[in-house]
Amino acid sequence: MPFSLPSLPYSYNALAARGMCQETLELHHGKHHQAYVTALNGLIESKGLQGKTLEQIVAEAGRQGADGLPVLNQAGQHWNHCLFWQVMSPDGGGDKLPGHLASKINQDFGGLAQFKEAFKQAGVTQFGSGWAWLIVAPDGKLRVTKTPNGANPISTGEGTPILGCDVWEHSYYLDFRNRRPDYLQNFLDWLVNWEAVATFLQQGGMKTGQSA
Amino acid sequence: MTIAFDRRSLLRGAAGLATAWAAPRAARAQAAPPAGPFSLPPLPYPPSANEPHIDTQTMEIHHGRHHAAYVSNLNAALRDHAQLARLPLPDLLARLGEAPEAVRTALRNNGGGHANHSMFWEIMGGRGGAPSGELAEAIQRDLGGFDRMKADFNAAGLRVFGSGWVFVTVDRGGRLAIVTRPNQDTPLMEGGRVLMGNDVWEHAYYLKYQNRRADYLAAWWNVVNWEKVAARYAAAKAGTLGV
Repeated sequence: MPFSLPSLPYSYNALAARGMCQETLELHHGKHHQAYVTALNGLIESKGLQGKTLEQIVAEAGRQGADGLPVLNQAGQHWNHCLFWQVMSPDGGGDKLPGHLASKINQDFGGLAQFKEAFKQAGVTQFGSGWAWLIVAPDGKLRVTKTPNGANPISTGEGTPILGCDVWEHSYYLDFRNRRPDYLQNFLDWLVNWEAVATFLQQGGMKTGQSA
Repeated sequence: MTIAFDRRSLLRGAAGLATAWAAPRAARAQAAPPAGPFSLPPLPYPPSANEPHIDTQTMEIHHGRHHAAYVSNLNAALRDHAQLARLPLPDLLARLGEAPEAVRTALRNNGGGHANHSMFWEIMGGRGGAPSGELAEAIQRDLGGFDRMKADFNAAGLRVFGSGWVFVTVDRGGRLAIVTRPNQDTPLMEGGRVLMGNDVWEHAYYLKYQNRRADYLAAWWNVVNWEKVAARYAAAKAGTLGV
């Protein structure tokens, strides 16, 4: 099938010591993400998606508003999870960011602590299912934003995501139960792959290389 | 059993007025004073009552953490809005458009969450089975019978993308319909009434069913308390159904 589930860049138990247990990753990647991929493949013909890249599909579905939701739900979630796996690492977290990313965060947020607080707030205040994002806005500045369900800053046209955190309850319920703020804090302190985020900043975002 | 969903709807509801005023002083003094007009209704059964279909830990967290948070956030949003705080919850939710923009979303999310969960606890704790009498006739007439209703309700619940609810609504004439709403929205927000509903936020089922929402939806019918649902149906036709 045209769209496929990317392998995790680490083992299912690689993040267990850092607040994301093996069962969470197995379900999240092997069941939830896989279900979005399967559903998206099932829409290619009926929605005329042939030949389009995943990024194009997400952007176009976003512009269609409510009419685009059936496609956006699956395509957006496929894209979002592709990014999510990349921006976590068994060696993630910490305060040592690659130089150009650190200075950009200092410049646009006033410091790493301020960025983390803004990102956490975005995640906590996304009511229901959704995502928190660090994006490069059209004016070149870094911004924090949030989107519901399967949407993302590509579909809303807000900018280019370089870091995303899933705040659907399936992301954290086994590890943190109802405590979403603790999950977000843990994500920022122990899981973020800052090298990957710095690479996406330099390269103008993540390209999945997948198309229908 | 009547559950004190929240003090306001009882105090304001015509049926609840006498009961609330007649409550003995000592009984009322035992309850911790709520930090606002609304309070978390106690579960009308032990948290283990819905085992094995809904596990005890899920019930405890769902009621004691999630629902409690909606209540306290709702009270916080009403803190500086005395007039809104006097409204019974169904009226508050039906008139969100009149609320100041600064608190409208908080009232929608948390007021909806309080209403939805209060209904949810009330209609569970039962042993499943099938509806009877006038309610069964209405289900046959409007929803094609009980089996068809369950199938359509489960399918609708499965189609909710992300967080939300699947409901059976009831109007003053007793007519039923299956609807879904995202997040904590409720048909009360359009002035409608909810006969029954199931929570398809992942927190409602993730500890026991993980990603298998369909299994949760199917199992949930085993804990429905049809006597409570029938009482709600009668109340809806009498115009006294609240949240």
